[in-house]
Amino acid sequence: MNIFIYISNLIIPFSVVLIVMYGFKKGINVYESFVKGAKDGCILIFDVLPTMVGLMLAVSIIRSSGLLTLLENLFTPISNLTGFPKELIPLSFMRMISASGAVGIIIDIFKTYGPDSFIGRTASTMMSCTETIFYTMSLYFMSIGIKNTRYTLKGSILSNIAGIIASLFIVSIVFGK
Amino acid sequence: MLNKIWCFFIISGVIFGVATGKSELISNTIIQSGKDSISLILTFLGITALWNGILEIAKDSGLINLLSKKISPFLKMLFPEIPDNHPSFKYIATNIAANFLGVSYAAKHAGLMTMKEMQKLNKNKKTASKSMCMFMIINISSVQLININIISLRAEYGSSLPSEIVFTGIVATIVSTLTGIIYAKIMERKEQN
Repeated sequence: MNIFIYISNLIIPFSVVLIVMYGFKKGINVYESFVKGAKDGCILIFDVLPTMVGLMLAVSIIRSSGLLTLLENLFTPISNLTGFPKELIPLSFMRMISASGAVGIIIDIFKTYGPDSFIGRTASTMMSCTETIFYTMSLYFMSIGIKNTRYTLKGSILSNIAGIIASLFIVSIVFGK
Repeated sequence: MLNKIWCFFIISGVIFGVATGKSELISNTIIQSGKDSISLILTFLGITALWNGILEIAKDSGLINLLSKKISPFLKMLFPEIPDNHPSFKYIATNIAANFLGVSYAAKHAGLMTMKEMQKLNKNKKTASKSMCMFMIINISSVQLININIISLRAEYGSSLPSEIVFTGIVATIVSTLTGIIYAKIMERKEQN
């Protein structure tokens, strides 16, 4: 299954070279664009710094107090019944509610289990799947005054669950348990 | 929402920790988390600046437009309600292309424009049209090629191959988006109007 890991590691260099080549071919000032984008990236990061400090604080408190472990253990029956790792349940919920909250939880997962563990890899894969459902829905629908969102919420939650299950399967296929 | 969760984490965490005799540990954790945030943000800073630079090239060179032109032919199948050559198609395609590359602000702008255009076609202004439901489900479960934030985090916490999850991520996001599309199509048949 090493081919999949090989593909993974090709995608970033390939994307970079394709983007630079395309820009060069189009005759734009590639380096100037890069520097401008990099500057915007720096501003973006300093904007999220306060949020990060706050979330790191909250998540590390519930981890070191043992509360997060207690919560995970509450899910043990569900986990035993479905085979879904209990360590990933807090992340699965948080992911739907808050993107930055999910970052806090995933940092905790990486610290506790390591990014290259089965839990770490599955969590990383899950994070690629979906946006924060509630926030995105209220932002978009409120912008045009829609009250009845019909089956959007159910559809989004369903696709999120499908993504989580797919993450578990594909990670165990590519990396083994 | 986040306000309540944040307060809950801090208050219940400290009370639980102190009650189970871990006050010293909690005290250290509070100080340590501030230090950790800074080392984390430094990793993020480098990788985000770099990646944002690359994406700016993609934007300035018109790569997003090129991608959205490739996506356009498939959109008619997903949004049969929208008349041909309607401006929403352009915005939907840009939203999908920008999400695919990970240019989130461009995706958001195109997404909001899509909703505005779809609202013009919508008969009942308070209720989401089928096209809106489909678009939102696709937008929320967006297919993304590279999630650079996760890769930065993996690098920060000592992964030996931070980018090894790119492929599995793509598979998972395709499954989630397809599930959403199929569900929306089933619901379209079920709920006639």
